[in-house]
Amino acid sequence: MLSRKLILTAAAAIAATGMAVSAAWAEPVDEDLVIDGEKKMVTRTKAPEGHPFDEVMSGWLFRTPETRQLEEDSFSNPGMLYVERGEEIWNTVEGEAGKSCASCHGDASKTMAGVGASYPKWDAQAKRPINIELQIDKCRTGAMKAEPYKFDAADQKALTTFIKYQSLGQPMHVDLSQGDLQSWWEKGKDLYYTRTGQLNLSCASCHEENNGQYIRADHLSQGNVNGFPTYRLKQANMVSLHNRFRGCIRDTRASFPAAFSDDLMALEVYVTWRGTGLSIETPAVRQ
Amino acid sequence: MAAPKPRVKVPKSASAGEVITIKTLISHKMESGQRKDKDGKVIPREIINKFTCEFNGKPVFSCDVEPAISANPYFEFSAKVMESGTFKFAWVDDNGETYTHEQAIEVK
Repeated sequence: MLSRKLILTAAAAIAATGMAVSAAWAEPVDEDLVIDGEKKMVTRTKAPEGHPFDEVMSGWLFRTPETRQLEEDSFSNPGMLYVERGEEIWNTVEGEAGKSCASCHGDASKTMAGVGASYPKWDAQAKRPINIELQIDKCRTGAMKAEPYKFDAADQKALTTFIKYQSLGQPMHVDLSQGDLQSWWEKGKDLYYTRTGQLNLSCASCHEENNGQYIRADHLSQGNVNGFPTYRLKQANMVSLHNRFRGCIRDTRASFPAAFSDDLMALEVYVTWRGTGLSIETPAVRQ
Repeated sequence: MAAPKPRVKVPKSASAGEVITIKTLISHKMESGQRKDKDGKVIPREIINKFTCEFNGKPVFSCDVEPAISANPYFEFSAKVMESGTFKFAWVDDNGETYTHEQAIEVK
């Protein structure tokens, strides 16, 4: 907060000298996200106990009007193309067992409703947290007798997007009482506040201390994960959560952990908790 | 991404003389021809190079599409409808294929 005040003072000084400072801020907007004019999303909510903020906010509030608009209309949202592709995969038989997702789980709009909002969960067998991507692989190698997906394979992203989309509008909630999840939360919290790389930045340096401001040309949000997998205009493609984790860590000029590694799973547990109560927005549209 | 798939949004019905909004989107990689692969070879251009829309055989909207258009091109435009009929949409791909879609509208 102190650094923020200093910056504000500096900005006031610049304003007083007549220089334009209007572009220096990327404050969240005070608007509602309503998809297709009917589905109202929770983009602001009271933070869970022990959270550094009073209010958690969706990244949608930090984006430009054009980007926000894309998400408001499920037709113009390019992420919906991947939802449709995911539905095809859901119904496609793969593997030696001759099964598709639908063979066991039936109609995803019923069986998967709300499921995506409660991950990561505790995997008692593997004794570590499990997310949607890993759960899909567990089904593929187990019941379907198919090959697991390679990280960020186009089909992995589309199917994950489709499954999470079934929870659109539902509040994100991770149940930390499962198994050992609490200790993974602690580990994730440590990682969140650990500075890494040549630039010596932690997650908190940007998303806790400087959200609402620009980092070069980009707006910093609170870094909530309720929209993942997210359609990023920069990549013109779906971007998975672990891809984004790795991208952020890479940008601090550090070597970055493998997708679904212990470090990133712990971070996923912790960061998901930080956004408790926000609506699942998959497929969200971001910069 | 799988084969390009068009999506179109046209109101099912309208009153005569009404100006309606038409939205179209097609999944396409829009490879610009400017990028190189890992071996330094240019990745050949493959984009949607033309988009057209006609109503009962008469042109409503058409445009050339250039390499700088991003993946999954989206077009939104307006049309005035006087009679019932069918909108025909076509996207022309560099690879010689044309993807088409039709949607009928009823004018009351």
